[in-house]
Amino acid sequence: MYAQMIKSESSNDDPQALAEFQARIDRGERIEPKEWMPEGYRKTLIRQIGQHAHSEIVGQLPEGNWITRAPTLERKQILLAKVQDEAGHGLYLYSACETLGVTRDELFEKLHSGAMKYSSIFNYPTLTWADMGAIGWLVDGAAIMNQVPLQRTSYGPYARAMVRICKEESFHQRQGYSIMMKMAQGTPAQKEMAQDALNRFWYPSLMMFGPSDAESVHSTQNMAWKIKINTNDELRQRFVNETVPQAEYLGLTVPDEHLRWNDDKQGYDFSEPDWDEFFEVLKGNGPCNEERLGARRKAWDDGQWFREGLSAYADKQATRRTAAE
Amino acid sequence: MSKKEWPLWEIFIRGQHGLNHRHVGSLHAPDAEMAINNARDVYTRRKEGVSIWVVPSSAITASSPSEKGPLFDPAEDKVYRHPTFYDIPDEVGHM
Ligand SMILES: [Fe+2]
Ligand SMILES: [Fe+2]
Repeated sequence: MYAQMIKSESSNDDPQALAEFQARIDRGERIEPKEWMPEGYRKTLIRQIGQHAHSEIVGQLPEGNWITRAPTLERKQILLAKVQDEAGHGLYLYSACETLGVTRDELFEKLHSGAMKYSSIFNYPTLTWADMGAIGWLVDGAAIMNQVPLQRTSYGPYARAMVRICKEESFHQRQGYSIMMKMAQGTPAQKEMAQDALNRFWYPSLMMFGPSDAESVHSTQNMAWKIKINTNDELRQRFVNETVPQAEYLGLTVPDEHLRWNDDKQGYDFSEPDWDEFFEVLKGNGPCNEERLGARRKAWDDGQWFREGLSAYADKQATRRTAAE
Repeated sequence: MSKKEWPLWEIFIRGQHGLNHRHVGSLHAPDAEMAINNARDVYTRRKEGVSIWVVPSSAITASSPSEKGPLFDPAEDKVYRHPTFYDIPDEVGHM
């Protein structure tokens, strides 16, 4: 997902306190910043919310690639507004993460050094305009699957950030699908571009949910803490069930010869993505890892003089105010 | 003896677990701790909250009413930020 394979940290806390904490979560109470929480819960959340925030920010890059080349002024405005929303999502999440006792600069530093990850999906290139359609439809669609249940997560600031984000995601998915509709109903060449985008983004989108974690101890702990609500397989299945009819409506073919409706489970059977590829991308060997991280580092370094300028101006204003008093 | 007026505090209450704190009003108090005590008596007599924030009113910087146009009007013609702007057929399910 936007946060993939979150390892849960163990806690050496007092068993009595841990039991009371778990009871609060089981009652559906929200944990708020200044309240006691196990060290493992705090650290795991920093990793998860931080990775989620990084994904929103890095996720602007593949789409930003097409802003200047959008086919119409209207599409340009829409894409710009969408990418702007993603910047906002990153900021809501960084702020939520900071309530756990980590600073913004520390989080950036960990992204830039590679110590923290962002979602594997953003390491794939956006080759044609149809990719803007496929991303909104599939990538934002997959993100929605995961983010809707997270509105009920146990950590208050994270849950409230999710509520804000979910309100904005529907626009993202619909603008993407509307691009796909236009392309699929267009000339044969345009329809082929739409099919090609689906072919390239289908399996990377399935990877977003992460490998099966039904047996994972991390997943069990994170689910007990309610910072993970569904298993990866559950969400992936839901995503496939919703997306296949949407592809059919477009007249496009999902690139999976084993895709079949299974009446018994009331869902589709489908092929797993190539998990070796997934782990390679996580390790930094995807098609665009270097480019993405390079762009983030450059933006940070190039902005240094500007951030310093704003701080200097604020200091000067403050001195003036005290002098006037 | 010099008479010192107590500062004004803005009061925010979290109504229930999980919700945002919301501004409910203000009151005077000599310090933050007293402001919380007073806020409890003034604003939560009927168990309206599970948490209180107090902020010195002087610490709040507000946008000025005359800036309302420049700040908020530009959002008016950006209807494409709303999901309803896109015609998506019902057959494809909720999106
Ligand atoms: Fe987002
Ligand atoms: Fe989005």
